[in-house]
Amino acid sequence: MERDDQIEYSLYISHTEEEGKILRKRLWKVFWILLAVTIFEVGMGYMFAGNAEYKTMLMYTFIVLTIVKAGYIVLIFMHLGDEMSYLRRIILIPYCFFIAYLLFIAITEANFTFDIGWILG
Amino acid sequence: MSHNTEVLDQKTLWGGGGSPFKVSYGKLMIWFFLISDALTFSGLLCSYGFMRHKFTDTWPSANEVFVHFPFMGDAHIPLLYVGLMTFILILSSVTMVLAVEAGHRRSRKEVQIWLFLTILGGFFFLFSQVWEWSHFIHGTEAGAIKDIIVDGEWVTQRIHGANLHYNEYGNVLFGDFFFFITGFHGFHVFSGVMINIIILIKVMKGHMDKTGHYEMVEKTGLYWHFVDLVWVFVFTFFYLV
Repeated sequence: MERDDQIEYSLYISHTEEEGKILRKRLWKVFWILLAVTIFEVGMGYMFAGNAEYKTMLMYTFIVLTIVKAGYIVLIFMHLGDEMSYLRRIILIPYCFFIAYLLFIAITEANFTFDIGWILG
Repeated sequence: MSHNTEVLDQKTLWGGGGSPFKVSYGKLMIWFFLISDALTFSGLLCSYGFMRHKFTDTWPSANEVFVHFPFMGDAHIPLLYVGLMTFILILSSVTMVLAVEAGHRRSRKEVQIWLFLTILGGFFFLFSQVWEWSHFIHGTEAGAIKDIIVDGEWVTQRIHGANLHYNEYGNVLFGDFFFFITGFHGFHVFSGVMINIIILIKVMKGHMDKTGHYEMVEKTGLYWHFVDLVWVFVFTFFYLV
């Protein structure tokens, strides 16, 4: 039976030796970036463990760095950056929209229940 | 409408006959599966954040819970072990994407090597997690005195470690969420390793050469990267923040 599910539809199903060399270089570069970010995070966490003064600033730094790491993984490792822009959008936009909504609900509710706890003692 | 003879511009509109997203059916579907799985994990992490925000005064700091490192005895080394686990998972993600790249060049030998290294990294991560769980469950020698429920009654007694009913380090919910979220992630890693093993066997038997492409490696690769992606978030929200 002849297969029609991917051979001509897939954009990045094969590449040559030279293209592979460039791709591998990019992949290793991303690996070093991810490693550097992780080491930086662990170092910061280690240095400022239990230090209340920097806690909020550190928290936001970690969250931003996490999103940077996630971006590298999704766009480079999962090749989403190489796919068609429509596919990229159809995957990322609904997801980000739901998460923004979920976070809004969760933070609002948690603040509310936290305040109620104080009132009720 | 047979009288409508307007011709579609094939470059701007999809005229049928091919995949609108220029990806195969399987790849599109694994992306949709990953979105739903990502939403599940987001829900779990969000509820974790909710409870942590609510019980912020009794919530333990991960820096004081996960302080052990293999072969270092009782030395107080926070974060380093979980940093190592993260490193291993990122490394196995790189080997996976290198397997995918080798698959694009139809180089069976390289695919086998990189896939094998990925599986090795996956096992390493799983055993690390077992080690971490066992330390968390057994707790410290000193323990802590807490009010816990035994046979439906509140009893004050010395407890060691954590489980779903009590937690030496602080709020019980910390343990509950830790076991559930890292457990759920660990099960994803486990199934990812199993799928990788199946694909490795298929590659070794030459199935991919018979079909003419290595897209199956790419699809399992997507799942494996997703597992790494989830860990990046678990690492941040459980251990760092």
